Amino acid sequence: MLITSALISGLGLGSMYGLLALGFYITYSVSSTVNFAQGSSMMLGAVLAYTFAVTLGWPFLPAALLALALCAVYGMLVEIVAVRPFARRGSNAWLMATVALGIIADNVVLFTFGKEPRGFTMPWATGSFQLFGIGVSPLQLAIPALGLSLAGALHLFSRRTRLGKALLAVVQNADAARLMGINVPLAILLAYAASTMFAGAAGIMIAPLFNVHSDMGTLFGLKAFAVAILGGITSAWGVMIAGLLFGITEALITALLGSAYTQVLSFALVIVVLAFMPNGLFGRAEVKKV
Amino acid sequence: MLARRTFIALALAAALPAALPVTSAYAQQPIKIGLVTALSGQSARAGEAITRGLQVAIDELNAKGGVLGGRKFELVRRDDEATPAKGVIAARELLFKEKVAVLFGGLDTPVSLAIVPIVNEAKMPFVGPWAAGTGITKNGAKENYVFRVSAVDEIVNKAMLAYAQKTFNSKNCGMILVNNPWGESNEKGLMAALGAKGLKPAGIEKFEGNDVDVVPQLTRLKSAGADCLFLVGNVGPSAQVVKSLDRMGWKPPVVSHWGPAGGRFTELAGPSAPMVHFVQTYSFFGKQTPVGEKVLKALMAKYPDIKGPGDVTPAVGVANAYDGMMLTALAIQNAGKLDGPAIREGYYRIGSHAGLIKNYDKPFSATNHDAVNENDYVWTQFIDHQILPVGMKK
Repeated sequence: MLITSALISGLGLGSMYGLLALGFYITYSVSSTVNFAQGSSMMLGAVLAYTFAVTLGWPFLPAALLALALCAVYGMLVEIVAVRPFARRGSNAWLMATVALGIIADNVVLFTFGKEPRGFTMPWATGSFQLFGIGVSPLQLAIPALGLSLAGALHLFSRRTRLGKALLAVVQNADAARLMGINVPLAILLAYAASTMFAGAAGIMIAPLFNVHSDMGTLFGLKAFAVAILGGITSAWGVMIAGLLFGITEALITALLGSAYTQVLSFALVIVVLAFMPNGLFGRAEVKKV
Repeated sequence: MLARRTFIALALAAALPAALPVTSAYAQQPIKIGLVTALSGQSARAGEAITRGLQVAIDELNAKGGVLGGRKFELVRRDDEATPAKGVIAARELLFKEKVAVLFGGLDTPVSLAIVPIVNEAKMPFVGPWAAGTGITKNGAKENYVFRVSAVDEIVNKAMLAYAQKTFNSKNCGMILVNNPWGESNEKGLMAALGAKGLKPAGIEKFEGNDVDVVPQLTRLKSAGADCLFLVGNVGPSAQVVKSLDRMGWKPPVVSHWGPAGGRFTELAGPSAPMVHFVQTYSFFGKQTPVGEKVLKALMAKYPDIKGPGDVTPAVGVANAYDGMMLTALAIQNAGKLDGPAIREGYYRIGSHAGLIKNYDKPFSATNHDAVNENDYVWTQFIDHQILPVGMKK
């Protein structure tokens, strides 16, 4: 029972890490940059969905869709304000700029949404059922299903569609892509929009299991970045599977050894893996031609 | 020469009336009372409750003419965001820049523990109206400037064990504790309480304040045969424990420290919120003493959102802060001046006082800096967003 319960808990949590980490994958694949404040994007999705669905009383689906659309707009804002001006000059200052924008977003939400955490209870997300003798919330299964579907869709999109291939071309050689008629700035902008939407979706999914508040994404964002690096940030499947592995490892350590060891051992394992596999579990070494 | 002396005397005489209002104005300067607490984040509601308790007491004291010959009180607040580093900065600002006479603390034990060395070194009184960590008042300082009108972990822990045994006939309780100094303080206290009765816990599990899923920890406790849970965590983390229990379909008795009282526990924890029985020092429900009626009336008059006892949440923050401020006014009056060591002695010289929580009789001494004890605790639960004494409403 201990192991089964840990596996189910780990799958749910791991999928959240994976979903957030997919956001890192998308922008890194297209522009070699990431939004370090991905946790804030996750928080924004949850807060906006809560505002529309609970405060304004809208039905859940339109509330969630509008929240995701606004997350996409926020993603574009991140790219335009905190990434593009620096990346264009070859500066790495976007690292700090994205963190700063995330802190601003957290604080704006703190002052507008309020100081207290709120419970986001959706009728379809409450209750639990028995699976292998373990109580499971429907969301704990829905989250991995959504995460794996999105990773699969991303994989197919980048390998099978014209736009996906164009996006891959941008990262391989931006100048050549531009000469081939690909609108590189637009491609990067769309990548950021998609990245933030993924994070927003993660926030909306986790909210009924957790609660909604302005700093709910901070720890998730940190763990998701560790997961992105662990998976090898250049592989959608790798990132998602690394998320699941990280979540399951955390839950298993807690279940078998006790919670005192969870953070220490799970992050120590990340370091050990990266020491032996510097490009992550599923990443490939970048070839630089000189 | 005479003319010169006469001139100086006349000049002094002319200047004296001008100087007098200055002295008088000084006498009328308000006495600043500092408050460092969480005014934002998960514990914001607790910070607001402490504020309200202090403010209602200050209004009452000021209406009676203040202390030390007419000096009135003024509350100065700073947000510690439940973070020790920010609490330390705020405490230093209030002590050394705002020159508060007495500093009040907030909900979080880690923040209060970080402030304790500063106040002891500065020889400035620090009153805890909420944080229950045993080491806050029992801090080992030769000259201890920390007083508390609140529960104390080691006493609460004994009360938690006694309540679990008496109410639920529990024989093998497990601990689920938040992973911070407050959790550690309670681990020690619960181990001591169990040890004193020759018992051991079914298990000790920790969880992080931001944990979404506590099922693995709870499953370990269930597997170890726990027949009740001792819960220690603030409102958000406590809610996560209840949600995890819900998912597991496990409904053991949950005997908790007072963390759930700090916010919207029913909204966060869902329909199983009433399963958590937690300790409080006061409830505005039921028959009130004259002091209770007076305070409730003052709260309803000052704060439009308070329509009745159910809106005074968390009551413990209001009640502890109210009594803490009243006892502080007595200490300052006893001291006769705004001097840290004198006020400290002033606390020791408080005799009897009809307070909100109880009638105090020599609440502080050189060996006891805690005014509230196990005889003052009330066991409560959340029913429909209200903190009610257990069993008052099903």
